[in-house]
Amino acid sequence: MASANRIPVDKTYKIYIDGKFPRTESGRYLSLLDKKEKLIANVCRSSRKDFRNAVLAARKAQAGWAKASAYLRGQILYRIAEMLEGRAEQFVAELTMQGNTRRRAEKEVATAIDRLIYYAGWADKYQQVFSSVNPVSSSHFNFSVLEPTGVVSIIAPDDSGLIGLVSNVAPAIVGGNTVVVLASEAMPLCAISFAEVLHASDVPAGVVNVLTGLRSELTEQFASHMDVNAVAYTDSDQTTACRVQTLAAENIKHVVAREAIDWSSDSSANPYLIRDTQEVKTTWHPIGS
Amino acid sequence: MSVHAVAKSLPLPDLARVPTVDEVGVDERVARFQTRSIKTASKLEALKLVLSMIDLTTLEGQDTPGKVRQLCQKAIHLHDSFPGLPHVAAVCVYPSMVEVAKRALQGTDINIASVATAFPSGMSSRAVKLDDTRMAVAAGANEIDMVISRGKFLAGDYRYVFDEIVAVKEACGGAHLKVILETGELGTLDRVRRASVLAMHAGADFIKTSTGKIQPAATMQVTLVMLLAIRDYYVETGRMVGMKPAGGISTAKLAIHYLVMLRETLGNAWMSPEWFRFGASSLANDVLMQIMKQTSGYYQSADYFSKD
Repeated sequence: MASANRIPVDKTYKIYIDGKFPRTESGRYLSLLDKKEKLIANVCRSSRKDFRNAVLAARKAQAGWAKASAYLRGQILYRIAEMLEGRAEQFVAELTMQGNTRRRAEKEVATAIDRLIYYAGWADKYQQVFSSVNPVSSSHFNFSVLEPTGVVSIIAPDDSGLIGLVSNVAPAIVGGNTVVVLASEAMPLCAISFAEVLHASDVPAGVVNVLTGLRSELTEQFASHMDVNAVAYTDSDQTTACRVQTLAAENIKHVVAREAIDWSSDSSANPYLIRDTQEVKTTWHPIGS
Repeated sequence: MSVHAVAKSLPLPDLARVPTVDEVGVDERVARFQTRSIKTASKLEALKLVLSMIDLTTLEGQDTPGKVRQLCQKAIHLHDSFPGLPHVAAVCVYPSMVEVAKRALQGTDINIASVATAFPSGMSSRAVKLDDTRMAVAAGANEIDMVISRGKFLAGDYRYVFDEIVAVKEACGGAHLKVILETGELGTLDRVRRASVLAMHAGADFIKTSTGKIQPAATMQVTLVMLLAIRDYYVETGRMVGMKPAGGISTAKLAIHYLVMLRETLGNAWMSPEWFRFGASSLANDVLMQIMKQTSGYYQSADYFSKD
């Protein structure tokens, strides 16, 4: 039975790399304060080496995840939604702790769960929508299909704790990519709790890696790493956006700019977000005339 | 047999006098090597030194002449878009592939190392092992990596193991002899130390941890024990013996830890490919990626480096 003078057991918010919850290798942390300057929690201030480790994990996991059947990937996304549903109350509490009203928080968590279901449904359908059989003037059967681009680094929206992150991670992984995502700097707690949900949902280790920390430190790393195939940013100022695009050009990464989007609205979810991190593979198959 | 007669005449080292190893002490010492911070210019030099110490290795039953030629090409042209890189120390192959490697490496000063003596198990007769060695040398190998008879060693037949190394050394002629102890099968650090002493007294030019076919392969603990044996042997006899950890060293970071250990155990005299080698197949690319990271500032991808 809980007694009044029980010692409080607070959660340590660690980062999520390769299916494990390590602290940042740098040992640094950031103190998250509420409006009254009271400490809510300490979170990891990830370093570029954490990012490097996360990319290694994502690269290692990518081939296996891309090979999983569309049906299985869909099932796993459903599973994430189910797990999130069961822990909704915890996410609502974290969102309110970070400054949201309870009503808003409840709506955000519900929308995030629905968003996962939405993309789970697309798992075995986007390929049919975006693939094509192409008319060519030689005796070839010519067709184009989508393939995942590989490792995607995502700088999640800063202005929401959960829905922005979910809305950007789900379409990337449903298409067979693996992801390294930087959580909102202002509201990082739900990202780590979401990693726990992923951990309990049969998402293979390394498919999603979650870092917390400063955008000013990590954005350039997210854009410049040569082993990242696409980078998505969501709310950068002009200077940063320019810097991201310049660095991304080093290895001709896909740059996905998703600015000024209201992620809580249903219209922000669509299959083109899946398409953003896919490559088109066209095959010429000889046929008799 | 004259070879046997010569071997018999050499005295066995007194293994009872070989000091025992303090395992906890070794662990602590190794942990401390891993705390050294090697950055920027020092790191770049260390990485280049690592490259120059690599024995680029392929020891698979599926090796083809094409695979060996590809490996040799990699040895000569590590990463041509970065000028001024050293080449690796040697290419390490099976005896039947020595000729292919020799032709591919013509005109370079990259050594050709060949494993011999019924590698990797060493479970064959003395005559077969000596023939294996002579065949590799005749084909053009200038370094021979032999395996000791672990079964005999563990059974306590040190004389047999000792004589065998002496005989193989003689069969090597002018080629350098590296003696593989296969530490993963020896079980304790005390035995590693004893086997090291035995091999050095029998004439080994290098002592080497592992074949790479047994887990665990090279560890820093085992390597430290062997380095200490080399140091004591040098103090006793004045002869320098080289060291080659092999197997499982696949990252630049770990390789630099080994260099730190080498520097702090044997000193600068051993810090060259003449006295220290890494037996590795995938280390080179990781080192190259780190070198490119140091100079470009961006973390690298394996997509932009040739396969080895």
